[in-house]
Order: sequence, then structure tokens, then C-alpha cells
Amino acid sequence: MDQASAFVVIEPRHAARQRLGERIFRGATLAAAVLVLVLLGGVTIALVKGAWPALSHFKLEFLTREVWNPVTEKFGALAPIYGTLVTSLIAMAVAIPLSFGISIFLTELCPAWLKRPVGVAVELLAAVPSIIFGIWGMFVFAPVLQRHVQPWLIDHLGPLPGIGMLFQGPPFGIGILTASLVLAIMVLPFIASVMRDVFETIPDVLRESAYGLGATTWEVIWKVVLPYSRTGVVGGIMLGLGRALGETMAVTFVIGNAHRVSSSLLAPGTTISASIANEFTEAVGDLYTSSLIALGVLLFLITFVVISAARLMLRRLDRKALSSA
Amino acid sequence: MSLASVQRVMVAAAAVALTGLVHAADISGAGATFPYPIYSKWADAYKTQTGTGLNYQSIGSGGGIKQIKAKTVTFGASDMPLKPEELKAAGLVQFPMIIGGVVPVVNIKGVGAGQLTLDGATLAAIYMGDIKTWNDPAIRKLNPKLALPATAIAPIYRSDGSGTNFLFTDYLSKQSPKFKDNIGAATSVQWPVGIGAKGNEGLANQTTQTDGAIGYVEFAYAKQNKMANVLLINQAHKAVAPSAASFQAAAANADWTHADGYYLILTDQAGADSWPITGASFILVYRNPPDPVATGEALKFFGWAYQHGTQMAADLDYVPLPAALIKQVQTTWKTSIAAR
Repeated sequence: MDQASAFVVIEPRHAARQRLGERIFRGATLAAAVLVLVLLGGVTIALVKGAWPALSHFKLEFLTREVWNPVTEKFGALAPIYGTLVTSLIAMAVAIPLSFGISIFLTELCPAWLKRPVGVAVELLAAVPSIIFGIWGMFVFAPVLQRHVQPWLIDHLGPLPGIGMLFQGPPFGIGILTASLVLAIMVLPFIASVMRDVFETIPDVLRESAYGLGATTWEVIWKVVLPYSRTGVVGGIMLGLGRALGETMAVTFVIGNAHRVSSSLLAPGTTISASIANEFTEAVGDLYTSSLIALGVLLFLITFVVISAARLMLRRLDRKALSSA
Repeated sequence: MSLASVQRVMVAAAAVALTGLVHAADISGAGATFPYPIYSKWADAYKTQTGTGLNYQSIGSGGGIKQIKAKTVTFGASDMPLKPEELKAAGLVQFPMIIGGVVPVVNIKGVGAGQLTLDGATLAAIYMGDIKTWNDPAIRKLNPKLALPATAIAPIYRSDGSGTNFLFTDYLSKQSPKFKDNIGAATSVQWPVGIGAKGNEGLANQTTQTDGAIGYVEFAYAKQNKMANVLLINQAHKAVAPSAASFQAAAANADWTHADGYYLILTDQAGADSWPITGASFILVYRNPPDPVATGEALKFFGWAYQHGTQMAADLDYVPLPAALIKQVQTTWKTSIAAR
């Protein structure tokens, strides 16, 4: 509607047409929203139906058994669950502090001329397809780790009590640790760019008032910027975690694909999505295929639980902030 | 979004859906990835000659079997033959199309291509973690003249389900009862030791990077990448090198005439020149096809490939079937497939 028409008497026919248009628009948006629910429901039903033979056959053992033997048709998901959680956990432990550093630097400390190049570089990193990370991980990153990093870890950290058990075995180059680090690099740009965007939404008035009261940069970051943008920061972290949990191709290339649970981070392992990608095409037999689909159900559940936990945590934080205010 | 643009989107979607039907005259198939390069090369040549194209989805043997059983394709392709009773239950006919071999490759300092000799039992012991170093007495006994280092053996396996895995584990199961009991033969198995690499390229890369590594790849891959292959001792107690000739020897020595439904796995065949890890890739079609004309077209293509595809196969380091076997397969087509 242009402004001029506001001064004209609206014809009844015109108004009727407008109402019809609005009704159609509302219907279209409703349909789009319902479509998401229908899709999600459909996917869930299809997954559970496909997984049912395996789940009803193995029952709870499916979750607790390490064995994954297509020959004898005995399947347990412990190794892929373990690998998925451990790689994502390490990836987040590496990526969150780095992303935080990047975004704080970009919004609070960076000289103006450097802001654009670093910002664009972070966004470009987010646009690199995961298969490229996989190939890079396998051909470039893994050999470097194998020759220069892993031998040092094994020699210096391996003999230590406690932490030493994380660095045992021969330096294969690929394994849980390599997969975690590649994942960290992959989720870094997502978390960093979301964090930067939310930090930028903070009104300058807030920062300036804090500085005006004599706060140091450190105090401004921890007492003004972070509390103000908490929801957005956690959202960014969840986005990254979601990607880390489900990432398939890059992980398949560098994790070593062994259905084993080992304490050493240098040992090969597997994740849920890597197992499915590796084995689904050649899986023969109903129980085998069904077990792979059951892995998909588990990934679905894990992601769901993680996201719900994040939501709950946020709500609790908000309540605490309210009650203390 | 206005109504007009909704309509436009729907028209576009319908157009996309319809383009799939334009090539309805093409032969459709799905399955094994191993023979995909040669099938597509044959298909190109066949299309320029006859105008009939081939739409082959290389989605893996398991997928190929599923698709032919669902009747969504005219033929399925599998690296692992179906058992006769399974064929009968599904009303399928199976025949071999092309032959290939699996070659163990190593990365040991000072050991070049064709220098190391192994036998099945030793190979099985390596992949079970029973033999841990390259200077183990069992390996030294087979290679008295070779200076073998005390390097730890790093076994590398294919992590993705594949016909290569099936042939390799089938061979090891035939050679070692312990391997058969503990691990067995399949497109994916549970390896007790080692590290899994994805695809031939992943495996080749991991083997060349890791000192003391041993892996197994398709012959074409070992040859084109000049990897250090191993000699294997076959059923006739002869050390043989992997080559087109030794694969064909294994196929020729196999007893196809008594193999019901061509259910024959070519590993560990008799004959002084036979390479022990040889395998055929199979085609599956319906005995009474839902669309006899389409199946007839597919058989025409396969017949053409048997006759004219030999050189193309050799160029890509695949091995054509022996002539006697081709004749037998073509008789099977006439007698047991109701195609037009």
C-alpha cells in the first residue's frame, strides 16, 4: 500500500480483495509452519518404524554393547555413541574459547581496518563444504599430527599417571583426536559469527555507561557484554554443537572407523553418522539395515536431549538473573 | 508469496519431476560401485552405437539388491553373489559380468613391489593381531632372503562396506579357521585390530603414510598408484603376482558348470597361476520380468559388452570373463529369462 491511497476512500471491492489477500497470506504462512511439523513427524515415524526390528530384537542391549558384528548380526551402539559424544565434547572444548576470543576481539578490541578482513575470513570458513575439511584432514592435517604431534604426545604425556591413558598406542594420524580437532575447526566459524553478531547488537550506550563509571575493558566484557548477550551466545554454541554431533563426511575420513571404545584419544573410533555413511550402502539383511536406522534414531534423540538441556539451562539462568536483579 | 508465484513454483516442480520420464527408454540399473567405471564406459560406447543409454546408480551392492527386489530398476548389480535359495525365493536370475581382484599392499622400509610373499594363514594372523611385527618368524619363513625390520605392523582395512571387504574376508576365512570363527566373511566385519580408512583412496593414502602398514585395494588401484603389492601363495603352493592373467586363470579354473545360479566365489581357486583373491561382479534380473522388453534391452547391452567390451575392460584394468563362461551365461539367458 502506498501512502497516497490512505487519503482515498477505500472502495468496498478493493477492501474485500485486500481481506482475501490477507487471508491467503495467513493460510500460506500457517501451511509453511505446519509443514515443518508434518515433516518432523514423518521423519520420526519413518525412523522409528525402520529401527523397530533392531530395537525390539536387541532391546536395551543395543545401547550398552560394544560389539558391532555384521557377520553374526550382533549389533550394539556403544562405540558410535561414545565416539559421537567424545568428539563433539572435545571439539566444543577447543572451539568455544577460540570463538569467544575471535568475537570479543572483533567487537571490542579490533582496530577498524582489521575488522572486515577477519570477519569475512570467519564467514568464508563457514562456507567451506565439509567434504573439503575431510580431504584436508586426511591428506594434510593427519600426516602432520602423525609425524610431529602424536609422537610427542605419546612420549611426553603417555607415561603420566591418569592423563597418560588418553595418549596410548601407535601414532596412526587419524583417530578420535584428529576427528575432534577437524570438527572444532568446522564449528568454529558458526559459533564465532553468531557470537560476533550478538555482541554487536549490544547498545553502545550500555558499554559507554560502564566505561563512564570507570569499568575496565575486562569488566565491561564480563559484566556488561556477556550477561546482556547470554541467550545469543548459548544459541551460537548450540548451533555449533548440533553441527558437531551430526557431521558425517569429514569425520568419516579422519576418525579411523573402528567400532571400539578405547580410552586413548589417538585410537580409532567411530561416530553414529560415520557408521551410517560407511555401512548403509552395502548393508545386506533386515537386522543390519534396521540397526543402522536405529543409530539414526539415537542421533535424533541425542540432539533433541542436548537442545532441550540447553533451553532448560537458559531458562534457569534467566530466572536467576531476574531474581538477583 | 502471491498466487502467481505459487503456480510458477508448482509448474517448475512438475517440470523437474517430468524430466525423469524423458529417458524412460534407457536401461536402468543400480548396485555395486566396483564395476561402475567399466559399466559407464561400456554405456557411453553403446549409446553412440545404438542410441540406447544406461542409467546406472552406483549405490553399493546392498542397495542394488534392495532396488531390484523392489522392482524399481531393470537390473541389480552385486559384488557378492546371492545364494541359490535366495535367488529362487525372489524369482531372480544371476550371472557374472566382469572380474577383478584384490591385492594386499604394504609400506615397509626397503621392501618394494612384488618382493614380499605372504600366504593366507599369515595374512589372517596379521589381521587378527596375532602377528605384530614384520620380522615375525612366520613372515621370515616365507621370505628367507628379505631383510625385514622389527617395525610394528599397522593393519588398515576398508571401513565402508564393500565387495573388496567381502572378497578379502572370504579368502581369509577359507585360509584360517580361527578367522572364520571369530570374524567371518561379509562386506563389513568387526576387525579386532587396525584402523579403518574410507574407500580405496583412503586406504591407499593411510597405507602410504603409515610406516609398517598393510592394506588391500582393488587391482586397478594398486597398479595405477604403483603401490608395493604382495605376492600370495595360492592353492597350488605357488607364489603368484596379481595380474589380469592370474585373475583370469582363477576364473577359468573355477567350476562354473556345477555352480547353481552361478553362486561361486572365486577366492582360493585351484590352478598354478590362479590369484587367490579374485572375484566376479554379478548382475541380477527377474526370471519373469515385470517389463520383458526392458529386460530384453538390458540383456542386449550385456551381450554387446561381452562381445565388444573386452578392450575397454582391459584399459581400465578389469578382467573380461573367459569365453566358455560367456557362452554358458548366454545359454542361461535363453533358457531361464522370459525377456523380449
